[in-house]
Amino acid sequence: MIAKGKAIKYGDNVDTDVIIPARYLNSSDPSELAAHCMEDIDADFVNKVEKGDIIVAAKNFGCGSSREHAPIAIKASGVSCVIAKTFARIFYRNAINIGLPILECPELFEETEEGDRLEVDFDTGTINNITRKKVFKTQPFPPFMQEIIANDGLVGYIKKTT
Amino acid sequence: MGMTMTQKILASHAGLEEVVAGQLIMADVDMVLGNDITTPVAIKEFRKLGVGNVFDKSKVSIVPDHFCPNKDIKSAEQVKFIREFAREMEIENFFEVGQMGIEHALLPEKGLVTAGNVVIGADSHTCTYGALGAFSTGVGSTDMACGMATGKAWFKVPEAMKFELVGKPGRWVSGKDVILHIIGMIGVDGALYKSMEFTGEGLANLSMDDRFAMANMAIEAGGKNGIFDVDEKTLAYINEHSTKEFKVFKADPDAEYSETYIIELDKIKPTVSFPHLPDNTRAEGEFGDVTIDQVVIGSCTNGRIEDMRMAAEILKGRKVHSNVRCIIFPATQKIWKQAMNEGLFDIFIEAGAAISTPTCGPCLGGHMGILAKGERAVATTNRNFVGRMGHPESEVYLSGPYVAAASAVTGKISSPAELQEV
Repeated sequence: MIAKGKAIKYGDNVDTDVIIPARYLNSSDPSELAAHCMEDIDADFVNKVEKGDIIVAAKNFGCGSSREHAPIAIKASGVSCVIAKTFARIFYRNAINIGLPILECPELFEETEEGDRLEVDFDTGTINNITRKKVFKTQPFPPFMQEIIANDGLVGYIKKTT
Repeated sequence: MGMTMTQKILASHAGLEEVVAGQLIMADVDMVLGNDITTPVAIKEFRKLGVGNVFDKSKVSIVPDHFCPNKDIKSAEQVKFIREFAREMEIENFFEVGQMGIEHALLPEKGLVTAGNVVIGADSHTCTYGALGAFSTGVGSTDMACGMATGKAWFKVPEAMKFELVGKPGRWVSGKDVILHIIGMIGVDGALYKSMEFTGEGLANLSMDDRFAMANMAIEAGGKNGIFDVDEKTLAYINEHSTKEFKVFKADPDAEYSETYIIELDKIKPTVSFPHLPDNTRAEGEFGDVTIDQVVIGSCTNGRIEDMRMAAEILKGRKVHSNVRCIIFPATQKIWKQAMNEGLFDIFIEAGAAISTPTCGPCLGGHMGILAKGERAVATTNRNFVGRMGHPESEVYLSGPYVAAASAVTGKISSPAELQEV
């Protein structure tokens, strides 16, 4: 599987309250959530995001609340992948469980500017910054998580294995 | 090799003799929890699984506490949706307004979680039950759905950080100040993916309510869970509240920890987290001159009876500053009644504070105390992220009940030591 798009960059500790503010959590409709994604730190996100784009962030992306609405909002806004130095653990679980690909790559952040063209190969864990002609390798998922991803998330995995 | 408390609990629930940090396991869960925000998403995922029933109707708890009593039509629809699901599944622990309290104060009080349990909750502050010697952690709605269907959850066995507590907290210092101090020390990702294990002789000087507040905020350091050694106070609490069978796990003497910290409780000062991260802490003497518009005393962190008593101790015979709205949220109906019977409500009302029915309300910017642009609040809640309590340009300062109540009186962030005698 390949993801391809432009980089949209954020810094450290992007929390789930700014990914999708709680005032919109009286709905769980993905397109409604996507309409407010990143609103409190980047009001322009919904205008600039295009299908396939890749969020590149620094450390502890997705910290804070357990709201699955956060990865749902990101996925529904067309983002194909999030790559960060590190992820907060509940966000990490939720992204895997709903089938939003995420990768940890400590080096990418410093080597990527907003708008760079990126290509990610999930089978090999390779990230290519096409604009800057640089290639990065990441750790592939452990087999257990690969199975969850291969079954399109945890629900598919449970259905298959029970 | 020795195991930590968390590792022992996980091993026992995965049917394994031993687990090691980094191992992926499938474990049985003793309780699956959700609220009015996360449960609707979980129900939709549960339906996709195609199973007819939850794995055990006594081991699922659903607590509509966030936008309840319903704040608007959409919230009412969400609660109606989960209420109908709870009825259909005959879920025993569905708490309607009137019985409802803030979930992480309610479940221990009702005896639904106890020592040695594995608990998952679709709410990040599920880590609160570590105060009882349980492994409990926040998950998302899909995990909740699969947990309700199968009674199981997958985990990566965490490494552990050891916090050895020594000494006795000072006069105006509670568990909240201790955990804010620790988060300030290690950072909001200082415990990322790890368990925070609290032990040491200083534990004897922390009440159960102190420990609930501390375990509650393990997530604010990025922790997978926070867990406390079980002692006489824990056993007394469990015996008073629960009839469930419990098991006490102790870390092996040769258990491995990635870090060990000695926390000298007597050296910790009243502490406040400034915007916009919980690790941006300042101790008494460093608060500066910050005027405020609102004080919130409550939440799953600090809405318990001792928190109410601390607030009353400060507010007794004093008045809330004319520039400040002070709103107090006892976390459960039981705490509400107890506070009322102890005369605390007389103190609050005479001081000019408002008292609300239990709700998470303002903590997450839901309702019952939203901030306007440019406004500042001191809150005994757990997060001070951008826009957390309302407008993206408002500010939240996190503190314990003593500092929050003292600030309500002076109209600026203050330590109780600054107040004049009454």
